[in-house]
Amino acid sequence: MTGPATEVELIDRLRRGDQTAFTELVTAYQPRMLRLARGFVPNQAVAEEVVQDTWLAVLRGLERFEGRSSLTTWLFAILVNRAKSTGVRESRDRLLSADEVADPPGRFDATGAWSSPPEPWSERAEDRLDAERLAVRARKHLDTLPTAQRQVLLLHDVEGLSREEVRSLLDITEGNLRVLLHRGRSRVRAALESEVTAR
Amino acid sequence: MRVWAARPLVCRDAVSIMSDFVDGRLPRREANRLERHLADCPHCHEHLEQLRLTIRTLGHAEPEALTETALDDLIEVYQRWRAEESAGM
Ligand SMILES: [Zn+2]
Repeated sequence: MTGPATEVELIDRLRRGDQTAFTELVTAYQPRMLRLARGFVPNQAVAEEVVQDTWLAVLRGLERFEGRSSLTTWLFAILVNRAKSTGVRESRDRLLSADEVADPPGRFDATGAWSSPPEPWSERAEDRLDAERLAVRARKHLDTLPTAQRQVLLLHDVEGLSREEVRSLLDITEGNLRVLLHRGRSRVRAALESEVTAR
Repeated sequence: MRVWAARPLVCRDAVSIMSDFVDGRLPRREANRLERHLADCPHCHEHLEQLRLTIRTLGHAEPEALTETALDDLIEVYQRWRAEESAGM
């Protein structure tokens, strides 16, 4: 169910009251929307509520979908706006904490050279570990990231939204986006490293 | 040419710009500096490969599948909307 033609057709069927179209849509999007919502609200129950509200808003707003943005972008924008307005985590985290921007300590010496160089595992990971296991680890680790890093990684690296879309959904600058991607990816990389080297 | 551009990168700085490098967000000159460093530094080279692998892995992370109960709840949302539509307009 990718491609604009399919999306437009799906929306048409929805407008005509085709319940199967709705089932197809939620089957494809609900898991991703729930995962995204969890990056904005304090727990699973609230996330489920936000996503349900989002679907109702989507149905009520069907007439306003013009196909100018992709369906994904449209759904995510409605979701993120609703999630932000429930806002428990969001308001507290709007200013980046020191934790979000600090570099990890201890891996470099005073000259800036590696004091504890990365263990070489990238090739091993490709050869021996199935991608699935790493993906599971990455997904779990995402949930433990500081909120802003998690939101940025979810939208950009996991869902593949453009930088512009991410900046506008989260209301952050390009500079913040770069820092958050850098920090979040560094943490996930470290988590994958411990997954691979622990064997 | 600015003086700092000729100064070689230290590993700490190389690592700090790798994420931008992967995204193609580094100015050409800075990217060249990083590439020169990577050619000589196996540790940073490995770190970059790990970073690429990490980003690829994130892109493949599947969300947990929709449960039957969740689907039923959503169908209810749909039916509520249908009822609304036929009642109101
Ligand atoms: Zn280096």
